[in-house]
Amino acid sequence: MLRIHYDDYESLRTHGEETYPNECCGVLLGKNIAGEGNHVRQIVRAGNTRTDSAHNRYHIAPQELVKIQRQARGLGLDIVGFYHSHPDHPAQWSKTDFAEAHWLGCSYIITSVDQGKAVLTNSFLLTGTGEDDKNFEDEPIQIDIATHVAEAEAHNQKGQE
Amino acid sequence: MNIHIPTPLRAYTGGLETVSVAGATVNAVFQQLTVQYPDIKQHLFTPEGKLRSFVNVYLNDDDLRYLPNKEETAVTEFDELTIIPSIAGGKSC
Ligand SMILES: [Zn+2]
Repeated sequence: MLRIHYDDYESLRTHGEETYPNECCGVLLGKNIAGEGNHVRQIVRAGNTRTDSAHNRYHIAPQELVKIQRQARGLGLDIVGFYHSHPDHPAQWSKTDFAEAHWLGCSYIITSVDQGKAVLTNSFLLTGTGEDDKNFEDEPIQIDIATHVAEAEAHNQKGQE
Repeated sequence: MNIHIPTPLRAYTGGLETVSVAGATVNAVFQQLTVQYPDIKQHLFTPEGKLRSFVNVYLNDDDLRYLPNKEETAVTEFDELTIIPSIAGGKSC
């Protein structure tokens, strides 16, 4: 199970709307809690370097990843996953996503963005011990509103109107 | 020198984010890393001993691939290596 704060969850979905019709990408910082899963404490937006084909590809510059990993270290957190968007495409991993996924034990979040509006957000846990036996597993997302209850409730009510 | 290990490979360094390894060149440091932590080897290198294509290595702020001497670059104990697998994908094949 992936746990993420409501604000971070909304923020990564909004990122996909902002970059539409291109793919957005970013990094999830947090902690892996044994027996529970990845808990996201902070998200970091990243640039998509695939300006040649940004509508159907994403790539985070390794230099930027080095900086983000350093930032995580300073916060006492780890890189526990990544997110990207699928403009006008389902929130399911593609063959390319799978082939290019190498962070075993990390969560890969995908948000579908239809006509500029974020729709579905799914998470996939990259399991296995190496490139030969890796696998994407559907991973439930638990959205935490505990720390900002009032704010989150306001959002919820807006959504129901 | 210190080597920063990415989350998935910490399973092979006893959970350590930063490991300290001695060596005069990047190659020597890698050699020593795989002596200290043998299980990490197959995740970093191909059976032929080449760095796997999706594994990026930074010496301080420089991509090892673009350094003139690459793996033979001399290092001191004050340098830092960061191992960082690539992040990429996309909706189409
Ligand atoms: Zn994708």
